[in-house]
Amino acid sequence: MMEEENKNNSEENIEDKFSISTENLSVYFNEKPAIKDINLKVRNKSVTAIIGPSGCGKSTYLRSLNMMHELTPTATVYGSIKINNIDIQEFGVINLRKKVGMVFQKPNPFPTLSIYDNVISGLVYTGRHYKKDLDEKVERCLTASGLWNEVKDRLKVSAMTLSGGQQQRLCIARTIAVNPDIILMDEPTSALDPISTTKIEELVYNLKKEYTIIIVTHNMQQAARVSDHTAFFYLGRLVEYSKTRTIFTNPKEKLTEEYVTGKFG
Amino acid sequence: MTQNEIFISDKTLKYRKIKSNLVLTFCVIASILTVLPLLYIFFYTTASGFSHLSLDFLIQMPKPVGEEGGGMANAIVGTLILIGLASVIGIPVGILSGIYVAEYSGGIFSNIVKFVTDVLSGTPSIIIGIFAYTVIVLTTGSFSALSGGFALGIIMIPTVTRITEEMLKLVPQSIREASLALGISRWRTTLNIVLKTALPGITTGILLAIARIAGETAPLLFTSFGNQFFSLALNEPIASLPIQIYNYAKSPYTDWHQQAWAGAMVLVMLVFVINLIVRFFTKNKFSSEL
Repeated sequence: MMEEENKNNSEENIEDKFSISTENLSVYFNEKPAIKDINLKVRNKSVTAIIGPSGCGKSTYLRSLNMMHELTPTATVYGSIKINNIDIQEFGVINLRKKVGMVFQKPNPFPTLSIYDNVISGLVYTGRHYKKDLDEKVERCLTASGLWNEVKDRLKVSAMTLSGGQQQRLCIARTIAVNPDIILMDEPTSALDPISTTKIEELVYNLKKEYTIIIVTHNMQQAARVSDHTAFFYLGRLVEYSKTRTIFTNPKEKLTEEYVTGKFG
Repeated sequence: MTQNEIFISDKTLKYRKIKSNLVLTFCVIASILTVLPLLYIFFYTTASGFSHLSLDFLIQMPKPVGEEGGGMANAIVGTLILIGLASVIGIPVGILSGIYVAEYSGGIFSNIVKFVTDVLSGTPSIIIGIFAYTVIVLTTGSFSALSGGFALGIIMIPTVTRITEEMLKLVPQSIREASLALGISRWRTTLNIVLKTALPGITTGILLAIARIAGETAPLLFTSFGNQFFSLALNEPIASLPIQIYNYAKSPYTDWHQQAWAGAMVLVMLVFVINLIVRFFTKNKFSSEL
């Protein structure tokens, strides 16, 4: 009796463990494959890093998770992507993107909006807000992104007055304001200086308590520092996916070992 | 690599400096040639018109030849009405088709729209006047303010469309992606984020279009026609500054010639003031940082 219950629990836990999974995911641009047959299950409330040399399909994979390829007429996506076992097609693109936020390579706050308005833009322009809640929301999101103390006295000035690193943290605040479950980060620190990079990395580490984070990076040290699991992509294929520690210390594939030790890349 | 290896001989350097200065000189001369006619027109108009400009000129009606004084109140109001009508037609159509061409480009139809706007912007304004005459004046049976505004509106459309398209294309793709990634719908992204970012540039384009139509004479000759009396009715002929200036300038009376100069000056000032007002109201809070 007890045993059976335990078994049931553990089965449930396994289902809970994964928040997003892709099955045979392929993306083609102009009928040329960018990624082929990617099978990946991303664990809930953890950081998953995607590493690999330029052009290996890291960003392509990431952008298929929130249907960003819709914007590219030449792109075709095959295979299935499931979030909590529901196919993303069922959410519809708008609801999917509310669930799956994205932080981009270059900080891209809205240049015409103030810091305050940038944070709430996702709520205001999707019509999901009560005016009286906004102040609190802004404070909460900016605190979570570690920006509150730096900007609390100038919330109404243009977001463009912030430094690059601050802009990126503002973009993260803007993303979590929409209450996503998953946050996709596409090389979020590649345009930033080392100090800002450290701050973003700390932030990623803190955010995984509440969010599932998938981070694409070309910086292997970064992957080693912030992620729990790492997927290594090469030439559009998933070569190896395992605990980060395993990938960096004891990889199964020779290719992975050569990449993480810097033999190519 | 040592310093010596990138050493450039004095002779080469001298030659390069001469070349650079030569090009700069040509640019400066060309710029002066650009500014000179404008300044000349501006000062000549002011000098000739200013002496006849008075409050009376702005608020009084035209008087018969020989009588002292009189003004162009009907023409000033008429021009404002015509500009208003043209804007109501030209600005929304221009902006919306500009959005279509820029944001939904790639299809055959958007290429057709682009081609047609190019052709339209090169079409002589008198032909557009004839078109408005055929479509509105002939069908309604009378010259009217409406037909004049219609003609001017059509002249505005290609300028507004083109500038909207250009300005929207300058908005970085990353801004659109940021918005869409937040779950903001495509049309709100275009309207609230992209269009807003491009607004200062679009405003400039609209002002250029208004400045251009404010002085159009040819298409008004057989649409709004002109009116010696004060009229606010849209279905009747209406006076306008360019037509009034044209009529007065070709008359044999010195007095009317002076009036024409004053009218010309008012027209120039009008465009200038519209510029200032629109700039003031659409000034983006953060445009300086863009």
